[in-house]
Amino acid sequence: MDWLPTSASTFAPQVDSILWLVTIISVVSCILVGFLLIYFVVKYRKRSDNDQTPAITHDSFLETLWTVIPTILCILIFIYGYVYYDKYTTPTKGAYEINVTAQRWSWSFAYPNGKKTFNELYVPLNKPVRLVMQSKDVLHSFFVPAFRVKQDVIGNRYTFINFTPTKEGVFDIYCTEYCGISHSDMLAKVHVVSDVEYAKWESGDSADVENAYAGMAPDKIGEQLYSSKGCVACHSIDGANGVGPSWKNLFGLEREFIDGTKEIADENYIKTSILYPVNPPQGKVVKGYAPVMPSYQGLLTDSEITAIIEYIKTIK
Amino acid sequence: MTDHHDFDKNYLENGKGFKSWFFTVDHKRLGVMYLWAIGVFFVLAAIASFLIRFEHLSPGQTIISAQTYNVLFTLHGAVMVFLFIVPGVAASFGNFLIPLMIGARDVIFPKLNLYSFWIYCAGSLILLLSLAAPVDTGWTFYTPYSIDTGTNVILVTFGVFVLGFSSILTGINFIVSMHKLRAPGLTWDRLPLFCWAAYATSLLQVLATPVVGITLLLLIGERYFGLGFFDPAKGGDPVLFQHFFWFYSHPAVYIMILPAMGIISEVIPVFSRKPIFGYKAIAYSSLAIALISFLVWGHHMFTSGQSKLINIIFSVITFAVAVPTAIKVFNWLWTMYKGSVELSAAMLYSLAFIFLFTIGGLTGLFLGALAADVHLHDTYFVVAHMHYVMIGGTVFGLFSAIHFWYPKMWGKMFDEFKAKIAFTLIFIGFNIVFFPQFILGTQGMPRRYFNYAPEFETLHQLSTYGTWILGVGFIYMLYTLFKPVGAADANPYRSVSLEWQMPSPPPTLNFKEIPTVTTSTYDYGTKVEQEA
Repeated sequence: MDWLPTSASTFAPQVDSILWLVTIISVVSCILVGFLLIYFVVKYRKRSDNDQTPAITHDSFLETLWTVIPTILCILIFIYGYVYYDKYTTPTKGAYEINVTAQRWSWSFAYPNGKKTFNELYVPLNKPVRLVMQSKDVLHSFFVPAFRVKQDVIGNRYTFINFTPTKEGVFDIYCTEYCGISHSDMLAKVHVVSDVEYAKWESGDSADVENAYAGMAPDKIGEQLYSSKGCVACHSIDGANGVGPSWKNLFGLEREFIDGTKEIADENYIKTSILYPVNPPQGKVVKGYAPVMPSYQGLLTDSEITAIIEYIKTIK
Repeated sequence: MTDHHDFDKNYLENGKGFKSWFFTVDHKRLGVMYLWAIGVFFVLAAIASFLIRFEHLSPGQTIISAQTYNVLFTLHGAVMVFLFIVPGVAASFGNFLIPLMIGARDVIFPKLNLYSFWIYCAGSLILLLSLAAPVDTGWTFYTPYSIDTGTNVILVTFGVFVLGFSSILTGINFIVSMHKLRAPGLTWDRLPLFCWAAYATSLLQVLATPVVGITLLLLIGERYFGLGFFDPAKGGDPVLFQHFFWFYSHPAVYIMILPAMGIISEVIPVFSRKPIFGYKAIAYSSLAIALISFLVWGHHMFTSGQSKLINIIFSVITFAVAVPTAIKVFNWLWTMYKGSVELSAAMLYSLAFIFLFTIGGLTGLFLGALAADVHLHDTYFVVAHMHYVMIGGTVFGLFSAIHFWYPKMWGKMFDEFKAKIAFTLIFIGFNIVFFPQFILGTQGMPRRYFNYAPEFETLHQLSTYGTWILGVGFIYMLYTLFKPVGAADANPYRSVSLEWQMPSPPPTLNFKEIPTVTTSTYDYGTKVEQEA
């Protein structure tokens, strides 16, 4: 196992060069300290209570030496860290801007052409990208280890990340600012695709998306969507209570809401809950749960919602 | 009221029963009670951490739920920081040793000292009462999560607020004692380095603690009255909370580590039979570290959204604090040069401190470098770095002190051989727990994660296995310490420091006649010709 993760942005090799530099300095220093420590312990070990020792109290030359050398090394590391940080934080003119919204416990992305995605970020290869990020609730932090970028996402102001992806593939996005019970499931993926594919993806409409499901049973599509759209973060399929109600045996069950009304969980109930989870305010929130579910309006097509309903029917 | 017993009866036997302890103004008894208290809280918080590590044996749920996990890491952090390590060495060994080392009969305000202890007890109780609805915010209480959560944030933060007064009053007591009660001839440049370290620590306690007190009051006001200091929904700024919080909590890191550095400076000369190397450099670097530590809080916030210029300034100052630390490490090492080095258990802990603290310090360089911190921030790398400094540093320093002053404190000896076995287990276990976490963090494993990706499983498991060795080591160390083997002499290590020039354990009022000091605290070895 390599000690550094995959490197997939222009910033990554720069960060890695600092990690290498400081690692080398650290290993050499540790060996030096460890060697001196063991050498002194062995060479000057106590032989008797009457050992004669010299009363050396200080040595100006040595002390200057181990003041000056660490100072120089520290300045060097600072400069490295500063120069690359400066490059990273300076936006490239004409960068491709994507709006990122974080909320417990999902990420949504809005692209310049009006397209929206959920927990799946699409970026073109070798093109500078600028993320303009905000949070709808508590603090979150956007972290892509493969790009070596991280930035907290806050409620009252925008924060930014600049990167240029250099490798095609699918990479992990983590939330790295603690945000509550499903913090460690606030995961997403970033897809780096070639220009040609990206153009295709950008112009693609929902028909294309549905073509991808060609030949699949609706409940299987629903199963895929369950994890790719982030339902998994809050709804279990094994009956365990999460942030939201479990999907196990959900279909056909009578639900009681926080306003005291009741309803059977049928197709229409589920569809309404996906599109208008807390609208009318707190109308359909199941008793015992907080009104935190985000709306999936514009993020799921009608047939995708049908697929999810079919999937829920199968979970027994 | 003093009577002749206070000069010839040892402090442990001068009075029996709960009242004689809980109402004592004797700095040594207070020191011992603090030691017990922090010991109990250390065990409590350690148990939480063992559960956390056990949970990570496999991805997803292993034994506890996500909410329990979040509560446990908050409990672990809050108890370790506010109840164990901040009062820690300063309150326990600071109280026990400072009057002995400066040749005084007690601290200057003995009753205030007792009140400080009571406040500490009250604050701890309030904090622990929150366990009725245990907090899930992490020990840092970041807003707006801490405003939003339904758990008992008010009790915990109020507990920390109360504890702050204990810290401030203890700090004032130590500073004034060192100014006013030093024995004749004990000039500042003869003062034991533990006292210098405690002095620097006290300055931090007095100057930084009020800020966290105010901050937590604002947070309580926000939760209770709905004031909008930090909540963006009300026009507040959540990042402002981080500034306030770290303005205290970064200096607090040095409140935790400086007294441990003081211990190392006492232990190494005695077991090397050499004067401490570079006394002035160590003494002044303690003060330098204390001062600079007020100006580096922003390095906890490089990715928080604060301005770029501020990040660059904080990065520079952070590297400036690294230098005095490096100076200390080499001064301690060079103290052994041409010495007569005895590897007692206390010395082993001190030497391990040097090595582990070096690793902790060097990994701080990764985090101080801006571009590297962007990648490493809030990953396990930070967790590992912080534990190398806090356990490898402070806890190993504390263990060194517990072994070194054991004869003085209890008037008994422990089994050196068994203590060394315990040390070996703790040293190995500690490294197996925390070294893999550097690699985990570098590979991108975020901290405070209940669940994790399968590729991190092996390293997580290794880290968990380490806790079992570490746990056995702790238990064996306690077993060894609780089974003394015979009475101790007044000065079993032939130290020249003042606290060893009196019976073990010391009498209640320490010195019948206040001693006059004529030499350095580190007057070992034969004088040799030296260049200036």
